[in-house]
Amino acid sequence: MTRLVFIEPSGNRCEIDAADGESVMQAATAKGIAGIDAECGGSCMCATCHCLVVDAVNPLPDMQSAEADTLEFTAHQMHDNSRLTCQLTVTPTMDGTVFQVIGR
Amino acid sequence: MSGIVIIGAGHAGVQLAASLRENGYRDTIRLLSGDPDFPYHKPPLSKSFMATEDAALQPLRGEAFYAQNAIDLRLGVDVARIDRNGKSVICADGATIDYDKLVLATGTRARNITVPGADLPQVFALRTATDARRMRDALPAMRHVVVIGGGFIGLEAAAMLSARGVQVDVIELAPRLLGRATSGAVASAIADHLTSTGVRLHLNQSISAIVAQDGAVLGVQLGDTTLPADHVLVGVGAIAMDNLAQEAGLSTDSGIVVDGFLATDDPDIFAIGDSVSFPQIHLGRQARLESVQNATDQARALARTLTGQPDRYTALPWFWSDIGTLKLQIAGLSEQPDQFIQTHDTHGMLKSVYHLKRGELIACETLNSAGEHMLSRRMIAEGLTPGLAELATGDLTQIKLAYQRLSDV
Repeated sequence: MTRLVFIEPSGNRCEIDAADGESVMQAATAKGIAGIDAECGGSCMCATCHCLVVDAVNPLPDMQSAEADTLEFTAHQMHDNSRLTCQLTVTPTMDGTVFQVIGR
Repeated sequence: MSGIVIIGAGHAGVQLAASLRENGYRDTIRLLSGDPDFPYHKPPLSKSFMATEDAALQPLRGEAFYAQNAIDLRLGVDVARIDRNGKSVICADGATIDYDKLVLATGTRARNITVPGADLPQVFALRTATDARRMRDALPAMRHVVVIGGGFIGLEAAAMLSARGVQVDVIELAPRLLGRATSGAVASAIADHLTSTGVRLHLNQSISAIVAQDGAVLGVQLGDTTLPADHVLVGVGAIAMDNLAQEAGLSTDSGIVVDGFLATDDPDIFAIGDSVSFPQIHLGRQARLESVQNATDQARALARTLTGQPDRYTALPWFWSDIGTLKLQIAGLSEQPDQFIQTHDTHGMLKSVYHLKRGELIACETLNSAGEHMLSRRMIAEGLTPGLAELATGDLTQIKLAYQRLSDV
């Protein structure tokens, strides 16, 4: 189990335990994190799992082009620390990472 | 107050419940699902759910969501009829549930084929988790599968089966795959992809029977030959679940008829998602669309209407399908386009098809080209068409610059 932190759109801070190997989006939706609709279910299509990585102990894996290109043209401004959480697989090195939910 | 009752807990029904709460709706929300499974994503059923024998369904929302948002989710509830005068729904077990507003999010069911042998145990549909589990249990025994129907579900399953080493034959009645859902160029690129992985395509063909011996499928009858198979997957389209609406005296055509605000003839009854025939502004006519986008965007629009901010549904349609290693993405709807612009990648593979009508960009299909898809969604929604020369480059940077020049005007 890896501990992840989400800041919901309301400002509410939520800590969850995520199973290694699932996506950050799956972990967040399973725990009812607000603001992540994830309507495409992880197909890198809808960008409703958009989060900003506001604190990370270790650097996260680089984006593939589909994630970067999808993020670039979403309704919400893409930031340097933007990620689609459906494209991030939970690993122990992610422990303590803080995500700010942008959603849709 | 009896609150809002939603019939159907697919993408539309669940998103509606979520959006109602996000918009501050405080009364009762009851979400009735005929499906016994906890509400789940449907697209993965033909793909990741089949990948391992114990893959779990992917929940639309975690269990915590329903409790945190006071959504009364009831699974396996079979609604028998709607009592419009009494403003209640009557369940098959006789229970009565009152509503202030009722929302039908009943979705579709798989169209059946009527040939002899269609009810054999080795014949599958793939629409619900129950269907998917039944098919997954049979996967280890599959050596040779015939897929009837060259639509999205059939082709996604064909690619999945082929990747597992199963011999797959796809039979399609029409002269090409995917009917009116894609351009001919995209259909033929997908056909080439499937063929390269060993899938055999039989176009312009129809079957007359599923042949069996001692209850086991031997093959399908194709003209005067029998194509051998041990299992058959039927993917010949879907039919709107509009019977509750029809029996309640509400208008239906290809689905439950609603207006631009997703209201039926009864001002207290609304309908959203795959089962709905609505005024499609991009086509300028009544239409029914089957897609996750349509379901969730209609849910969001209706949630605004039901919380005092009436919202006409106008969202731009988009769609995707993962067929093997190909991700097909479609932005917009194409009806009678008069011009196509195709682009290719450095290997000569089709990458995008832009559809124009009277010089205006109306739709874009892409294969493994997410940036062009996302940018097209934005351009079409904003009614902006960059120069045809720029589109023809297929180069994201150039198209983006052209778009920015237009949007800055």
